Amino acid sequence: MFEVRIHSRGGQGGVTAARLLALAAVRDGKYATAFPFYGAERRGAPVVSFVRIDDTPIRISSQIKKPDLVIVLDPSVMDVVDVLQGLKPGGRVLLNARERRDMKGYPTFTVDLTGIALREKLEVAGSPILNTPVLGALAKMGIVTMESAKSAITEMFSDPRNVSAAEAAYRELVA
Amino acid sequence: MLTVATGNKAVAAAVKEAAPAVVAAYPITPQTEIVEQIAEYVSSGELKSQYIPVESEHSAMAACIGASVTGARTFTATSSHGLHYMHEMVNWAAGARLPIVMANVNRALGPGWNIWAEHTDAFQERDSGWLQVYVGSVQEAFDAVLMAFCIAEDERVLLPVMVNLDGFLLSHTMQPLEIEKAGDFIPPLHLPHAIDPQNPCGYGTLTGPDEYFRLRWDIERSMRDAVDVIRGTQERFARRFGRKYGMVDEYRCDDAEVVIVAAGTLGREAEVAVDLLRDEGTRAGSMRIRWFRPFPRLDLSGRDVVVIDRDYSFGFGGVLAKSIAATEGARPFSVIAGLGGQEVTYEDIAGFVRNRQPGRELWFGVNGDV
Repeated sequence: MFEVRIHSRGGQGGVTAARLLALAAVRDGKYATAFPFYGAERRGAPVVSFVRIDDTPIRISSQIKKPDLVIVLDPSVMDVVDVLQGLKPGGRVLLNARERRDMKGYPTFTVDLTGIALREKLEVAGSPILNTPVLGALAKMGIVTMESAKSAITEMFSDPRNVSAAEAAYRELVA
Repeated sequence: MLTVATGNKAVAAAVKEAAPAVVAAYPITPQTEIVEQIAEYVSSGELKSQYIPVESEHSAMAACIGASVTGARTFTATSSHGLHYMHEMVNWAAGARLPIVMANVNRALGPGWNIWAEHTDAFQERDSGWLQVYVGSVQEAFDAVLMAFCIAEDERVLLPVMVNLDGFLLSHTMQPLEIEKAGDFIPPLHLPHAIDPQNPCGYGTLTGPDEYFRLRWDIERSMRDAVDVIRGTQERFARRFGRKYGMVDEYRCDDAEVVIVAAGTLGREAEVAVDLLRDEGTRAGSMRIRWFRPFPRLDLSGRDVVVIDRDYSFGFGGVLAKSIAATEGARPFSVIAGLGGQEVTYEDIAGFVRNRQPGRELWFGVNGDV
């Protein structure tokens, strides 16, 4: 079982990112579940989404306490949330950032998803879309195949710029 | 077609396949996505139903009753307070022998105001004459809705069916979903007592004590006959679509010395606890209650029983634990857990089994047992 926790802010598409990752994993022939933690959400508040990926059907509904991977779509949540809480020893971090940051020694991958979205003019109501480009970064990390990542994106979104953004994130991911 | 969808979308997709003539509904969290999606299907022409947006759940069920009584296939969805607002009509639907199908997204009752999963909302309708099934996955939600129409509309049953799915834990959780083409799986509805709108006449006015008693007995007779209809429908479903369902979903029970009984997602999580306990050397098994009405028989002889209730009947006890004590003569360790969406993990469930005390009741997360 591979467990992922996604940190974002309400309205940034963290839930959709979780769904895209689950769909891509299913296209890879695996089982997956994706779910947000539902609290008193509102736009801008820190929110958490979860994804489980496994080779057999997933029977667990409870929240993920010890993730293998933490994705931070909005680094500003790190001022108010301990995003590394429960991260397994050897677990990885994927950060949407222009520059590397030390994440207490955890292997950290960095990609400027916001920059890519702005460059590709992927915006909704003035906010850059992060959830399709992040799939490219996850493919580069080997979580899903790039073929399935693209398949998931095109199934959910018709605008080809989503795929271009994912390809850019694949190229620009820094380990 | 294999996709990834929430429980709510799965219910809506199954309703599209069943193609009811009438859908009447009122939105309520966490069910709203079901009726939103159905409204979109109707709006886009993918579903040729009459969609009646009503002003309350009481009216939603009243509209379903009015449509169903003419022999039209009907569907609605609700949750929690919405279910209880329609309570009078819920009873009427069963008494009038109308095969309405309703999805209920299980949610706690306020106050305290709470939108998260609990089964008390639907368990409170247990004496209404509705059949009730509880599902444990997104796929099972889809499958249960398809089968619910077959079972409700069978002439040996002709009672409404409520398909229950846990709020958020299923309604908003995305899992793989195979969207089946129903084709002729659901036979056309033939309601023997349908009212012809061109020549309207029917029963349902004042019924004297003798006749009323016979009508009530007939509901119970159909509820008993429903067990065979459920089995037959589930077997037909397995042959056609390859997924098997029972009255109860058993997991590693054959040689089990202790059995965990639960409903909904807790029953699925319990299977992971069973694997954990087996690795420790405890011969554990799980019985996930799917059908709650009619209530199933469980093979519990010579076994310890741990019942997890995501519900409570105040002044009495956990509904499942008390039901099993009554029907099987068991002395379960009764655990009250998950109320109002309380987080319960498979590790917690394994702990209930390790520390079981037959005959006692534990409120998980509350200091001391009762």
